[in-house]
Amino acid sequence: MLATYRYPEFPYVPSPEQRDGVVLRHPVVVIGAGPIGLTAALDCAARGIPVVVLDDNNTVSIGSRAVCHAKRPLEIWDRLGVGEAFVEQGVNWQVGRVFFKDHRVYTFDLLPEAGHKMPAMINLQQYHLEERLVAACDASPKVDLRWKHRLLSLQQADDHALLTVETPDGVFRMEAQWVIACDGANSETRRMVGAEFTGRFFQDRFLIADVVMAAGFPSERWFWFDPPFHRGQSVLLHKQCDNVWRIDFQLGWDADPDEEKKPEKVVPRIQAMLGKDVKFELEWVSVYQFACRRIDRFRHGRVLFAGDAAHQVSPFGARGANTGVQDIDNLAWKLQMVLLGEAPVSLLDSYDEERAFAADDNLAHSTRSTDFITPKSRTSRMLRDAVLELAETEAFARRLVNSGRLSTPTPYVHSSLNTPDVEAFDSPMKPGTPCADARVRIDTGSSWWLNQLDGFVLLAFGPTPQRSVRVGGVTAHVLSVGRDLVDETGDLTQRYDGRPGTVYLIRPDQHVAARWRQFDAHAIEAALMRCLGKNGSL
Amino acid sequence: MKLIRTPNIADPDAFYDSLLAAQRDLPDDQAERVLAKLVLILANHVGDRAVLAEALELARSNTVRRQPPAPA
Repeated sequence: MLATYRYPEFPYVPSPEQRDGVVLRHPVVVIGAGPIGLTAALDCAARGIPVVVLDDNNTVSIGSRAVCHAKRPLEIWDRLGVGEAFVEQGVNWQVGRVFFKDHRVYTFDLLPEAGHKMPAMINLQQYHLEERLVAACDASPKVDLRWKHRLLSLQQADDHALLTVETPDGVFRMEAQWVIACDGANSETRRMVGAEFTGRFFQDRFLIADVVMAAGFPSERWFWFDPPFHRGQSVLLHKQCDNVWRIDFQLGWDADPDEEKKPEKVVPRIQAMLGKDVKFELEWVSVYQFACRRIDRFRHGRVLFAGDAAHQVSPFGARGANTGVQDIDNLAWKLQMVLLGEAPVSLLDSYDEERAFAADDNLAHSTRSTDFITPKSRTSRMLRDAVLELAETEAFARRLVNSGRLSTPTPYVHSSLNTPDVEAFDSPMKPGTPCADARVRIDTGSSWWLNQLDGFVLLAFGPTPQRSVRVGGVTAHVLSVGRDLVDETGDLTQRYDGRPGTVYLIRPDQHVAARWRQFDAHAIEAALMRCLGKNGSL
Repeated sequence: MKLIRTPNIADPDAFYDSLLAAQRDLPDDQAERVLAKLVLILANHVGDRAVLAEALELARSNTVRRQPPAPA
C-alpha cells in the first residue's frame, strides 16, 4: 500500500465471444496492458484498427518502475492525445549533477533547444502513466481492453494466430491476424513462439527506494560515485511527482536481496544520505539485478514483439519504456498498411530491421553505462576514478563520465525504407531520422509542426505543382510552408534546411523517408513505394 | 594519420626522468592513478580514434605476447 497512491482495480468484464462460444478473428490482439501494450492499443486505434488488449491482471504496475520519459516518447504520446497530460502531471527537469566521493564533479544541463513542444525529460511514476493510458483506451471506441484475460497458449497459422485464453469464466479461443506481444521482460508469449532472448547479465544488485519527503532537493538528477554515505558504490536521486523521490543504491553482487529490503536496513541507508533530521516515509522498496538482452527477431510469424518482451536494458539512461514506445510508433502504421492491403506483409520485416537496430544501439549505451558505473576490475575502477577526478577541472574528461546516457531516438540511418539523399542538405534531418518539432502558425493560430503531421506527409518549402501524391490507396498530402502554415520563427526552415523548392517525404511515424531540392512527382512516388516495401527493397 | 613508432621525443632520458618524477614520491595507488590520468590526457590530445586504436593494440599485444603460456 502506498501512502501517495491508491491502485485502481479495473473490472473484469465477460466478453460476448467467450459467452457465445464463437471464435472471432481480430485484426490485432495486444498481449499485456503495461505502458507499451496500452500505447500499442492507442496507436492501433489512432490508425483505425480495432484492437483487443489482454492482461492477466486488473490494475496498473505495482511499485514504481519506469520514471523518466524522454522527449521522443512524449511526442509519440502527444500524437496519441495523452502527451500534454503527462507533461502537466510529471516533474520537468533538465539539470543533472554528478558527485564523486564528497565533492561535485560537474553539472550538466540538458539545455533543451527552444521551439519544441515537448520538454527534454519528465519524471512520472509508471502507475500514473498507465492509469492515464487506461483512461484513454477506455475512451476509445476502437480499444477493447480486457482485464483478467491470461494467454495460455498460442499457435501460429499462415494468416493468423490462434490464442487460448483463460478468464475467471474459464478457457476460450480467439484468433488474431496479428499479435503484438508487450508482456514484459519475462514474456510468456516469447516462450510460446520459442524465441531466443540472449545477452549479458550483470553481477550487481540495486536497491530501489521510493520515499516521500516534503523538503529537500531541487528537481534535478543527482548521481554519486562512491559517496561518503555509501562507500564504494553508486547512488542516484530523482524527483517524481507527489513529493515521491526515487533513490537507487548500488549494493554489489554479494548483497542479500531479502535482507536489504527490510526497513531496518533501508532506513539507516537513507538517513545516512539525507541526514538524520530529514523526515521521510518509505513508499516502495525493491532489490533488482539487471541484464542487457534482446530477442533474436522482433517478428515471429504473426507475432510482433515490443518493449521489454523484445529487449531488456539496464535502468541507467531510462531506455526501457522510452524505447518500447518507439517500437510501437514504428509498428502501428506498418500494421495498418498491411491490414489495408496497401503494403506487403514483408513491410513488417522492416519493423525488425529498424527496431532491432535501435535496440542494439540502446543495449550498447546501456552496457557502456553499466561498465562505467560498475567497473569489472581493479584497473577499470582506477581508470573510472581517474576520469572522475579529472572531470572536476577538465572539460574533456566530463565527456567520458557515464552515469547513464539519457535516452534519445536512434535514427534508422541504414533502413531499407529510406531513399538516400542525392542532393546536399545542411540539416541533420536525414532519411530515417525522427522529425524535429518547431513552432508554426496555422489558420487557427499558433501551433506545433509535429501536431500537423497525419499519415504520409510531404513537407514542401514553397508552392508545389500538386497537392498530393498517391500510390495505390495511400496518399501523401502536401503541407506547404507559406500556404498551409507559416514558419514565423524560421525554426522549421532552419532545422530542415528548407531552401525554396525543398520537399520532404515524412512517414506516418514522423520519420523522414526521403528529401529532395525540388518537387518531382515520380521521385516521390518511387520513394513512397519503397517506404511501403513495395519495390523489392525488402 | 598513423601512430608514430619511430623515436619522436627530444632528450628521451630527461623525459623518462620526468615520467618517474611525476609519481616517484607517491604511494602505489596514487602513482597508478597518475599514469591512468596521463593516458586519458594524452588520448584526448591525440584525439584521432584510428591512432588511439593502433596505440591500444600495440600496448596490448606487446603485453599479452610476453605472457608465459598457461600451464597445461
